[in-house]
Amino acid sequence: MRVELSEEQRLLRDTVRQFANDVAAPRAREIDESGEFPRDFFDQAGELGLAGVTVPEEYGGAGMDSVSYCLVIEELSRVCATSGVILSVNNSLVCDPIKDFGSEEQKHDFLTPLAAGEKLGCFALTEPGAGSDAAALRSTARRDGDDYVLNGNKVFITNGTDADVAIVFASVDLEKKHKAITAFIVPCDTPGFSHGTHQYKLGVNASGTTELAFEDMRIPVRLRLGEEGEGFKIAMATLDGGRIGIAAQAVGIAQGAFQEALAYSRSREQFGRPIGDFQAIQHYLADMATELDAGRLLTWKAAWAKDNRKRYTLEAAQAKLFTSEMAQRVTDKALQIHGGYGYTREYNVERYFRDARITEIYEGTSEIQKMVIAAQVLGN
Amino acid sequence: MSAELDFGLSEEQRLLRDEIRRFAEERIRPGVAERDRERRFPSRIVVEMGEMGLLGMLVADQYGGAGFDPLSYVIAVEELARVCPSTAVTMSVSNSVCCWPIAHFGSEDLKQRVLPELASGRMIGGFGLTESGSGSDAGSLTTRAELDGDNWVLNGEKAWITNAGEAGVYVVMAKTDPEAGKRGITALVVPADAPGLSVGTPEAKMGLKASRTAPLLFENCRVRADNVLGEVGAGFKIALRTLDHSRLGIAAQAVGIHQRALELAVEYARARVQFGVPIASHQAIQFKIATMATELEAARALTRVAAAGEHRSRGALLASEAKLFASESANRACYESLQIHGGNGFSDEYEISRLYRDVRVTTIYEGTSEMQRWVIARHLTRA
Repeated sequence: MRVELSEEQRLLRDTVRQFANDVAAPRAREIDESGEFPRDFFDQAGELGLAGVTVPEEYGGAGMDSVSYCLVIEELSRVCATSGVILSVNNSLVCDPIKDFGSEEQKHDFLTPLAAGEKLGCFALTEPGAGSDAAALRSTARRDGDDYVLNGNKVFITNGTDADVAIVFASVDLEKKHKAITAFIVPCDTPGFSHGTHQYKLGVNASGTTELAFEDMRIPVRLRLGEEGEGFKIAMATLDGGRIGIAAQAVGIAQGAFQEALAYSRSREQFGRPIGDFQAIQHYLADMATELDAGRLLTWKAAWAKDNRKRYTLEAAQAKLFTSEMAQRVTDKALQIHGGYGYTREYNVERYFRDARITEIYEGTSEIQKMVIAAQVLGN
Repeated sequence: MSAELDFGLSEEQRLLRDEIRRFAEERIRPGVAERDRERRFPSRIVVEMGEMGLLGMLVADQYGGAGFDPLSYVIAVEELARVCPSTAVTMSVSNSVCCWPIAHFGSEDLKQRVLPELASGRMIGGFGLTESGSGSDAGSLTTRAELDGDNWVLNGEKAWITNAGEAGVYVVMAKTDPEAGKRGITALVVPADAPGLSVGTPEAKMGLKASRTAPLLFENCRVRADNVLGEVGAGFKIALRTLDHSRLGIAAQAVGIHQRALELAVEYARARVQFGVPIASHQAIQFKIATMATELEAARALTRVAAAGEHRSRGALLASEAKLFASESANRACYESLQIHGGNGFSDEYEISRLYRDVRVTTIYEGTSEMQRWVIARHLTRA
């Protein structure tokens, strides 16, 4: 056991920290308020190799390990959770399934530009009637010669307003439920593809969340990802990895809130001394630091398991469950330490507090994580 | 692939874990409920632990120790606590707060005199810091030691001393210069047979009943002048350093209890049928188990990472975090596991009721949760 970052990982973390401070932080509040998708941020992140961190270099990626990927997402989310999730989706939910399940041709045509940050990806699984119960999706794909014809609607699609490529899940036979779900790589300029406008949200407001609609959209068979009926398996495997990205995002949000709270507790004076001198505040900070370290270790452990073990479903679910709930508690206490100022938009903590909320919901709610964990532990 | 970061155990560590798990199941599990009920100290098991090298795990082999690394040590404590938390604390006290300070601060002569006896298990050790009026505020202790020729003469009373009456030697903190405050405290190695040392009535505790806890009474107790650890006046610093280290043992004890509470919950939930199905098929029960399992992994990760990096700059901070988190999450786990057991969990027939009592002290001894938060906050504000 040796839980220390390598020289390479430390260098990466410092580089991304600098990039986050210089590029993501200054605009974090502005895009949170406007909801404007920060495409130029994504472009710059791509130039740094952050759009496909674990993708092999031969496919345009940075060829690094999963812990490095966690460091990237944490450092960005520490200053701007929107930036964190944009990259997390592109890395985990778009590059990863093409890397793991795509044909050589698909990797060449799609993975390479996505990993290089030349194209932006989104992941289209969720539908109005299919959230936690993903297998209940109603989008259809009908085979017609060398094409599939897709029809249906997707909701809550991160990066959806700006994406160039979508991983789309649709059923080739609704009767067969999850056994008929099939994955497709869909260029977003395909006729019949449309997206809605940006959806205003409680937090991570500039992540381009929107609806997608497919109307007699023709997708050639060569853009099918994996086999017919393999889509559900691909989606679940992809979400295992995605959860590690969201865990890293939650750690980053909590770290950002914690740092602001620590600094505030030293500068804010009441009763003639810094509030950090009071035991109540000290103990809040101690709990925050403890849970942060625990959450970061669970996240790194899941990332390590992803790179070193066949199965990491349990580790990923535990990391996601713990860190998202931890981020909720830590951002809440950070806001409390700021008092009335924390409730205003003059300080960042209210944004962290809002941003943290989604980590308990997307890529599998806390309740879904608990179902996954219980099934593993109980051997169901 | 990351070459440096590795959450796995070495082959040696896995073998050690398996060996101790087998030993605990075969040699400690039988009679564990009786020993608890009868408040009976596990003397035979202590002898066997000594033979296995578990009582001087961190002591170098030149002093008869097993020379294990701190991570192996916390794995061993976890496995013992999984079966019997009383046995685990008996072992961890001897290792962490007696062997450890002697090995780190003792003179060569002292180490040669005492460590082989402890490491072999021919005798076990204790640690005398706490007094009835001096708990978290350890610096306010009043036990006095005065130099008289070739001897220190001790007077005073220590309270809540684990292994008192069973131990052959104690590390005792006493005031040698009452004017100097914390800088007037000195750590002395006191043999159990020192004239003037006696052991008071053992405490009747709510848990850890098979571990011995009693007061130590010093009445003109005479100890060799050269039985000082470190310098005269360095005792408070030595006590704090020792506690920084020993917290790992308590964190590991909590992790072991937590592990067992989870196992018992899983077993019971699968077997117990209500409303025509095993209660494990109810989401309310599943979610409790998921939370217990998740917090267990967090506690274990903190504890093991703290142990593996004990010598590093963040070592003491991580040890406090591990102790705080592991003890509190183990308490939650025992609560929920007992809840899953329903009325049966409230009965002495079921193991969880013992663990529920045993786990309670983990947020109290070797630094309460409140003291851990104080330590952590101090690290944060100094950073």
